[in-house]
Amino acid sequence: MSKPNIQLDSHGRLKHFLTIDGLKREMLTEILDTAESFTGVSERVVKKVPLLRGKTICNLFFENSTRTRTTFEVAAKRLSADVLNLNVGASSTTKGETLLDTLRNLEAMHVDMFVIRHSDSGAAHFFASYAAPHISVINAGDGQHAHPTQAMLDMFTIRRHKGEFTGLRVAIVGDILHSRVARSQILALNTLGTSEVRVIAPRTLLPADPRSLGVHVFHDLEEGIRDVDVVIMLRLQKERMTGALLPSEHEYFQLYGLTEKRLKAAKPDAIVMHPGPINRGVEMDSQVADGPRSVILQQVSFGIAVRMAVMSMTMGTQAQGAAAR
Amino acid sequence: MSGMKNSIQILGGRLIDPANGIDAIRDIYIQNGRVLAIGERPDDFTAQHTIDAAGLIVCPGLVDLSARMREPGQEHITTIASETAVAARSGITTLCCPPDTDPVIDSPAVVTLLLRRAKRAARARVLPIGAMTQQLAGEHLSEMVALKRAGCVAMSNAYAPLANTLVERRALEYAATFGITAILRPEDRHLRNNGYAHEGPVSARLGLPGIPEAAESVAVARDLALAEHTGCRIHFHLLSSGTAARMIEQAQQQRLQVSANVAAHQLHLTEMDIEEFNSNCHLNPPLRSLADRDALRLALAKGVIGAICSDHQPLKADAKEAPFPSTATGMAGLQTLLPLTLKLVDEGVLGLSEAIARITCGPADILDLPYGRLTPGSSADLCLFDPNRHWELKRDELPSAGRNTPFIGWEFQGQVTHTLFEGRIVYQSASSNQTASSL
Amino acid sequence: MNDDKIYMQAEAIDGLIGEMVQAIKTRLEVQQARDPVMIGIHTGGVWLAERLHKLLAIKQPLGTLDISFYRDDFTRIGMNPKVKPSQIPFEVEDRHIILVDDVLQTGRTIRAAMNEIFDYGRPASILLATLVERSGRELPIQPSVVGVRPPLTHEQQITLTGPDPLNLIIGTSKQETRGTS
Repeated sequence: MSKPNIQLDSHGRLKHFLTIDGLKREMLTEILDTAESFTGVSERVVKKVPLLRGKTICNLFFENSTRTRTTFEVAAKRLSADVLNLNVGASSTTKGETLLDTLRNLEAMHVDMFVIRHSDSGAAHFFASYAAPHISVINAGDGQHAHPTQAMLDMFTIRRHKGEFTGLRVAIVGDILHSRVARSQILALNTLGTSEVRVIAPRTLLPADPRSLGVHVFHDLEEGIRDVDVVIMLRLQKERMTGALLPSEHEYFQLYGLTEKRLKAAKPDAIVMHPGPINRGVEMDSQVADGPRSVILQQVSFGIAVRMAVMSMTMGTQAQGAAAR
Repeated sequence: MSGMKNSIQILGGRLIDPANGIDAIRDIYIQNGRVLAIGERPDDFTAQHTIDAAGLIVCPGLVDLSARMREPGQEHITTIASETAVAARSGITTLCCPPDTDPVIDSPAVVTLLLRRAKRAARARVLPIGAMTQQLAGEHLSEMVALKRAGCVAMSNAYAPLANTLVERRALEYAATFGITAILRPEDRHLRNNGYAHEGPVSARLGLPGIPEAAESVAVARDLALAEHTGCRIHFHLLSSGTAARMIEQAQQQRLQVSANVAAHQLHLTEMDIEEFNSNCHLNPPLRSLADRDALRLALAKGVIGAICSDHQPLKADAKEAPFPSTATGMAGLQTLLPLTLKLVDEGVLGLSEAIARITCGPADILDLPYGRLTPGSSADLCLFDPNRHWELKRDELPSAGRNTPFIGWEFQGQVTHTLFEGRIVYQSASSNQTASSL
Repeated sequence: MNDDKIYMQAEAIDGLIGEMVQAIKTRLEVQQARDPVMIGIHTGGVWLAERLHKLLAIKQPLGTLDISFYRDDFTRIGMNPKVKPSQIPFEVEDRHIILVDDVLQTGRTIRAAMNEIFDYGRPASILLATLVERSGRELPIQPSVVGVRPPLTHEQQITLTGPDPLNLIIGTSKQETRGTS
């Protein structure tokens, strides 16, 4: 009963980018390779290529996130696309407009691509399955489900620093349970052949059956980061304190906060990553965040190239001649 | 002679009537809405109408312990008339209606209204279940005795939680005083905590907040303790977990008066069926693991679970057109109650007669109803089906408010050919050319 | 692709490259273009440019272009899955550029390459050197220096294989032309 992957077109090319789940290693490598070619564009006099000229990309953000929306906007503009930013928030839903109504209205404006962020897991899948056939959908974060472009920019950063994934040991620290970033990272790391993916967290911040995600589970930070090549710290939302998941930020930092001293357990050339924005003194101290191992700012600039790659690959499948090929 | 009114004979069918232990070729004679005789034709009987049931299985009309008809309150979705018509097509002749209508079934006036409208539609029997607390708010007891006298067959708080264990204790004690059965949907709402799917590998992968199995078992443990304490007859509604089924089995062994039902879909689907956010699998309780499904099947076979219900919940056409967590829960289940039950026989879960018992006399006995059996003198509610006919559930053939089912495209064996309710043919399939005389 | 024929082999091609070097030198002299830089177009153009770059003893490192992002047929055939980064390791502004490609046919690749070069800056001049010039122009683009002009029918396709040794192959496949050479 294997259904066709909604993300791929009939030629197996990337039509939507909703999740890492179900994509093959070759596809992820193609995204990384294409992104590699786009990194140069941002360093030129004219930071723009004419690839998506005349296309309209709609940033449809039901959750506010200036950072992520901006990187998608910059990526779209560097591809010469026209960008429509819509902060839908709760406004249209309070007016009684359903998500489907919103979609149909925007379709009528001849949008070619939706970049969607929504608080419901599965929102991007919903958009992709109801959108008109010529439209591509990119998931910019849906509920606790997936954030595939963030995961791919992290993979890009790791590959830049470490080369191959085989032989690498990567630890992800923090709130795995609620993190769409962690879910996508774990899938991407495993698909790309990473030797060992570890998650480090107390049980209240882990899903019921974490091993089913293909990871090794640690509850102790120093034990978990021993000899790893990459440490990925996750953002801890303040509201986790109120839901009886953690006693306090103080205790969390005592147990899971990354410090220079603790980082010594990792490999000497280990890199430290964080999807941002950092809570200094909660997930890590400033010495680590601003230290030589931190590649956090690189993640941001690579994010643009990765998003350019995904946008151009998915828009390329709208090609009319695709069937003739 | 023509003096006999409303007389029907059903000849040559294989009668399966589990309540009376019958599984044999038997003729059935019906008069004035009641079963007149089984087997031998009474001397003075003349049939106005004959159904040739050769090759068909004849069984009591199905009894469904939970079917929402959205009336009163949401007649724009479905009505008693539309849903009893669907029931008739599906071989179901008795439908129990949960109290979460609008207005809530918490006063005799609403019961009377519901029964009057059901009588007018008259394609199936509708039996209201009364609200255990006023407005289902979980605080103040409803007038259970008045509700019972008006026609409610049990009391339940539907999906709404009771405020606390003290209210639950009092409600069960009061119900026990007057011999009223309490129907409980066991769930600890704190453990449910905004969950949308079974807490397990699938919810972990899809990032859907999970509902742990413990949300059900913790509630069952509490309810069983109160059942023992109060002596109330408790019926557990819509079991979803193996742990809960095993706890109920133990309680039954200790002679507690507890029974349980399960929704037909819960015996076939698992968390895996959510796949890529299939909103038709957004259900309450959630679809659980394969191990849970198998444990429920075992409990059904042992008789720990005495009834399969449809848990029919028709929805507006767009109620499932949203991201998974934003969709309404529930599926339209009337049309698949019999086929999903017969599928259990195919899959070797239980025998045909036992399977039929779970959708006829099983549910009837739980609520002490005189239906689901074909004893002479009982209401002539019958379902006839062709056990060899293959068919596919097609979206286009479903009413618009009944398309919220994950079973579209499934193939089934066994299809209803005739349904009789109180001695009248309320459904006859187009392909069964048995129109000897018109009604 | 089964009836592919070798049109020209490495030694003969080396001969052509030698002639091209002379022609380029002459053109640069006429234009009084000092301190030129060279850019090869992926993939065949880069192989050729590597040789020309060495023989002309150009001081600045060789630049390479992948024109995938500038193709005019993106909306018809989509993204090239094997796109390589463009690398221009020198300032383009006011420089004399020798642009190198293997085969000039429609002119579309050169159009795309010039657009990309202008996104790096405004060059003083661009000189186009191609190993093969053939019929089939769709844009008004002419090469400055050419190695060979083989007479080919519409169905025939000529491709450079490499990087070592270089061979020119003629095929008569009925494959749809990619339309950018």
